[in-house]
Amino acid sequence: MREEILSILEKNSKIDIKELAVMLGTNEETVFNEITDMEREGIICGYHTLIDWDKIDNEKVTALIEVRVTPQRGQGFDYVAERIYNYPEVHSVYLISGGFDLLITLQGKSLREVSAFVSDKLSTIDSVLSTATHFILKKYKDHGTIMAAKPKDTREVIS
Amino acid sequence: MRNPLSKTIVTIKPSGIRKFFDLVNEMEGVISLGVGEPDFDTPWHIRDEGIYALEKGKTFYTSNSGLTELRQEIANYIKRTQGVTYDPKKEIMVTVGGSEAIDVAFRAMLDPEDEVLIPEPSYVSYVPCAVLAGGKPVIIDLKAENDFRLTAEEVIEKITEKTKILVLPFPNNPTGSVMGKEELEKIAKVVIEKDIFVLSDEIYAELTYNGKHVSITSIEGMRERTVLINGFSKAYAMTGWRLGYACAPEVILKQMLKIHQYAIMCAPTTSQYAAVEALKNGDKDVEEMRRSYNHRRRFLMNAFREMGLDCFEPFGAFYVFPCIKEFGMTSEEFATKFLMEEKVATVPGTAFGASGEGFLRISYAYSLETLKIAMEKLAKFITKLRNEKA
Repeated sequence: MREEILSILEKNSKIDIKELAVMLGTNEETVFNEITDMEREGIICGYHTLIDWDKIDNEKVTALIEVRVTPQRGQGFDYVAERIYNYPEVHSVYLISGGFDLLITLQGKSLREVSAFVSDKLSTIDSVLSTATHFILKKYKDHGTIMAAKPKDTREVIS
Repeated sequence: MRNPLSKTIVTIKPSGIRKFFDLVNEMEGVISLGVGEPDFDTPWHIRDEGIYALEKGKTFYTSNSGLTELRQEIANYIKRTQGVTYDPKKEIMVTVGGSEAIDVAFRAMLDPEDEVLIPEPSYVSYVPCAVLAGGKPVIIDLKAENDFRLTAEEVIEKITEKTKILVLPFPNNPTGSVMGKEELEKIAKVVIEKDIFVLSDEIYAELTYNGKHVSITSIEGMRERTVLINGFSKAYAMTGWRLGYACAPEVILKQMLKIHQYAIMCAPTTSQYAAVEALKNGDKDVEEMRRSYNHRRRFLMNAFREMGLDCFEPFGAFYVFPCIKEFGMTSEEFATKFLMEEKVATVPGTAFGASGEGFLRISYAYSLETLKIAMEKLAKFITKLRNEKA
């Protein structure tokens, strides 16, 4: 039940409880309780909206930044990660295996704003050894959703 | 000029689905609930395997009965889902959709005047294919009070000395009805006692919502007298690939293969390679699609309840079959009026046999958003009809 609720909510967090209950063949109370429990347990961490910012004039730049750091004694990467994720403009921070350590996604108003963040805030953190910034030019798919216009239903109307 | 046509073919009526299709096709902006194919794209890894086969130049005929590897995968699939063993070398044949298998099975098994028991409402091909094979269709009218399941009594009632084949079309298009193990056992008893054969069309086998599908071949004594038909169209959303298969005892399959060999040669090679991938790695996709269909099915049943429209709960395929008798119209009148006034296309139950009168086939191979809009329109439409009557 939980997994099924989550798989639906992940695609559409706007769905109402009554509809969810119908689709799952159960009652509203059960669904409501499950969701509340999962919120409390931190399984459901938030409800976000997937926005194609390219469609509105308000320009935004998204960057992926690879960061190499020196882990801190006793705290590993957690300390430096915290220093980074506390900046509100930072969207996500992941610890990564491979050639670098942390992967950051960042959203800014302009290239200048993003580069200012990298040079002024990120690179100046003591344990940061190096950074590599990649700007996202086009989003094809995000959060499992293909951003391109939905293709028309080309099936025969009756078959 | 002489009449160029055969006497048989001119007696065959065009499909009832076709007639309504032409009507809908002339209109703009119609929301259709009329399709008999999944709305999902074929899962990417399956398409990719087809593309890979093309890239590799695997573009030649396969053996008449299909790729060895595919037949092996089909055998594995039936073994793991039904516990029934078929020899992939001699008892399995890959066909151009399940529909070719139906045609070929009839042609391999029927002599002139042999009777074929066909439960209706059901898929539109059985009757014409039986006629074209020289057989005589005998219709069993399934009853709404049995949720359109077939009973052993109904079979007994129609069996004669000449009965050769019973068609078993479950999970059913258009009703969504499924048969349980116990019901099948009762039918199997009759079939064995009367020494007839079964053509079991299990194309919707993967789409059941109240437990796993049971094939009549899994009942003792039935594998020997059944042609099992299935395919990739519904389960893996592969309609356009045109790929199905038949499993039958060697004595039948050997003759079916002759017809297939002369008429078709082999099923499309690209599709066969893709199908291997579907059977090997497609379970998860099927599970996801089934789950999605089930959500929609429940949504529709609830919408009918809310608008007070009578409908038994179907547990298979992707159709619901609500009853519209309260409005005092034929299925065709209702469907036509609904189409004209609300621009929503459904299929009259009568397209699937006379016993579909008073019912509509509504497909839920559509997104929830589409179904929601359509149900709002249906509710509005029937409220209007009820007000007019009152």
